[in-house]
Amino acid sequence: MKNLLTLALLVLINSHFYAQDDLLDVLDAETPETENIVTATFKGTRIVNGHSVENRKNKELEFIIAHRFGAINTGIEDLFGLDISNIRFSFEYGLSDNLTAGLSRASVEKTYEGFLKYSLLKQKTGANAFPFAVSLFGSVAAKSEKAIPGFERTFVESLFYTAQVLIARKINSSVSFQLTPTFVNRNLTATFEDPHSIFALGIGTRVKVSKRVSLNAEYFPQFNKLKSIDATNSLAFGIDIETGGHVFQIILANSRRMVEKAFITETTGDFFAGDIHLGFNLSRTF
Amino acid sequence: MKNLYIVCFCFLAVCLTNAQERYLTKSGEITFFSESPLENIAAKNSQVLSIVDAGKKQMAISILMKSFMFEKALMQEHFNENYVESDKYPKATFRGAILNFDTITDKETKVEVKGKLTIHGITKEMVIKALAVKKDNAIVMQGDFFITLSDFNVDIPSVVEKNIAKEIKVSFNFNHQPFKK
Repeated sequence: MKNLLTLALLVLINSHFYAQDDLLDVLDAETPETENIVTATFKGTRIVNGHSVENRKNKELEFIIAHRFGAINTGIEDLFGLDISNIRFSFEYGLSDNLTAGLSRASVEKTYEGFLKYSLLKQKTGANAFPFAVSLFGSVAAKSEKAIPGFERTFVESLFYTAQVLIARKINSSVSFQLTPTFVNRNLTATFEDPHSIFALGIGTRVKVSKRVSLNAEYFPQFNKLKSIDATNSLAFGIDIETGGHVFQIILANSRRMVEKAFITETTGDFFAGDIHLGFNLSRTF
Repeated sequence: MKNLYIVCFCFLAVCLTNAQERYLTKSGEITFFSESPLENIAAKNSQVLSIVDAGKKQMAISILMKSFMFEKALMQEHFNENYVESDKYPKATFRGAILNFDTITDKETKVEVKGKLTIHGITKEMVIKALAVKKDNAIVMQGDFFITLSDFNVDIPSVVEKNIAKEIKVSFNFNHQPFKK
């Protein structure tokens, strides 16, 4: 009798366990822990003016056409800056998933620029979790504008170098941050007091307001500045609107320049005194 | 004492039969295909988990959305970011009853699986037709069906309306092996 009870009990326990475990729970338990690379920390390869950790993937070609207008506080005569326009266009190609090469031309100083951006570390969750992404950026910009007589320069003297370490973290699906230690070197300075090398620390963020729209902000405080101009720190705000292969960025910035060496070290506008330039970046990925 | 042995044996036997009744795959394949005038979009997931419980004539499927691989990296990013919102809804699941389970033999048989499909946080009742076969102690199930994106609250913005089909063809192939726990 006692044994019979035990048997009944065991069968009950057994069937109880059996009934309890739902098939989906079994699948959850069997799911291997996968490495999950965090993607889309930013929508575009630029936060506003400066680069983001995002790369073009292997064999993808991105064409970016960008405009910056004159300052809004120039008033009605220049239609709040719209009469004055700088342009930059850029071809950027994914040599691999982690290495992007770019070539661009900016109208100011007739600047040609080449860059490489390498994605060194990825932010990951799950197995092998890693808290942030790191990319390396290096560029050479060449000023090709004819020199004023008496101020002739060689080709080497027309070159500017920029090196950046991009460190970004996607906090959640809508908020991302980036720190961008930056080094800019110019071979030729305007005066002897100007430093050849300038260091800055870029701070950037984006907040998604809907699935396809995000608000971005970017600030590049400099540790040392050019003395020959009244240099200020680059401050810029943007709205990213994404539609399929396009990213459209509308920008308000205190700089009219789009090449790293220029907007980081040669900005003179005071955002809060109304030196605000409207601009846009239009990106198409093929 | 002898009785105790019998009790233990019975217990074990029940355990074993229970365990043997389940079939599992961790490398099930699901592909989907969107055909539209402007472009065709295809994606494949080869890490789908699926389980068949022969005793209860039920099955369950768990699909990690981020494991869908696309031809273009940007499509994959947009799929996860803008359409199925994989950070918010990481998995799609299906749980259902195999209506005519007993007809499954070593020859391909048409079966119907009635259950609940959850994608993008939305659950729909569905009856999915499949071809099932029991071979070398494995249960293989394959088939395809269509889902309507708007049923699962997946919005398609008007600018890409012509690039994405409203009905997506989903194909599956699961090779369930005996699962012992």
